[in-house]
Amino acid sequence: MTKTALAAVKRYRAALALLLIDAVLALVFPHFSPALIRNTWSNFAEMLSVLPPVFLILGLLDVWVPRQTVMRCLGPGSGILGALLCIFLGAAAAGPLYGAFPVAETMHRKGASYFNVMVFLGAWSTLKIPMAIFETSALGARFSLTRWVTNVFVIFVVATVINRVLPPAEKCVRTTDGNDGE
Amino acid sequence: MFTLALYLFAFGWLGLTYLKDRQKARAAVTKCCRSFFNIFPDFAAVLLLVGLMLTFLAPETIARLIGKSSGAAGMFLTSVLGAITLIPGFVAFPLAASLLKMGAGIAQIAVFISTLMTVGVVTAPLEAKYFGWREVLWRNGLNYLFAFFTALVIVKVVGA
Repeated sequence: MTKTALAAVKRYRAALALLLIDAVLALVFPHFSPALIRNTWSNFAEMLSVLPPVFLILGLLDVWVPRQTVMRCLGPGSGILGALLCIFLGAAAAGPLYGAFPVAETMHRKGASYFNVMVFLGAWSTLKIPMAIFETSALGARFSLTRWVTNVFVIFVVATVINRVLPPAEKCVRTTDGNDGE
Repeated sequence: MFTLALYLFAFGWLGLTYLKDRQKARAAVTKCCRSFFNIFPDFAAVLLLVGLMLTFLAPETIARLIGKSSGAAGMFLTSVLGAITLIPGFVAFPLAASLLKMGAGIAQIAVFISTLMTVGVVTAPLEAKYFGWREVLWRNGLNYLFAFFTALVIVKVVGA
């Protein structure tokens, strides 16, 4: 009983420390505290509404999509088509970059190559179509189109460099569903 | 709207899976819960950090900081702000547009947008959980540098 409680405290130590910082800051700067509560709350509300279906879809993909399929389409031998598919998958996504991490984990575990996972991360961060539409209306088509095209190039350069410089042992996406924690 | 569609899709699929193969449905739900609850403490920490950041480095504060900033120093300032902050796109783009009207340069805004999208200092601990610190340093470092490259291309095409 106390052991599980202790383990829980340990797992949440970063979150608890931040809560403490929040409390101290709210006391020191009382006029900031409504905004602090509002921002923190809306953050949690937003993520907690989006994350459950995302994780459920990942679980379903896990049981339905066979490893061979992912391997063939996105694996080490998938070539330029695999990379382009990753660009497409990332661009079709919505949500902040940290939403891409669990998706990347499933992709990699199912056999997508590390290079392709990096391309996917890059595409998710910069090429999202819904975002590009928004960008175009705010900053103009020339701006967003130039940025989009330049970023396709940057994504490939960054993925290539990371793929080269990381030692093979580091080129993996850690599973978060248990025993290999740290 | 989007969230609702996501829920309908996820639970519809789960329902179909259950009808076809209960074992599979159970396995999917187990996997979903396990990976969710194992990463949740880290998500909670990042969300708290983002809440703090949005409060003390609010879009209005950033607007004041960036203001009319120009030149290489302005690019450096905006790149750092973009790297450490985490602002959703639907807030960031109108913010960028109004900064342009306030007199900030295209290059500075382009660097801000690029680092905002690709470099995540507050989310680094979460990224490290999945990818390890080496990947975090390389991916964020390279993207930080390339933000300046992207900005230069945009300036060439769009004009300062």
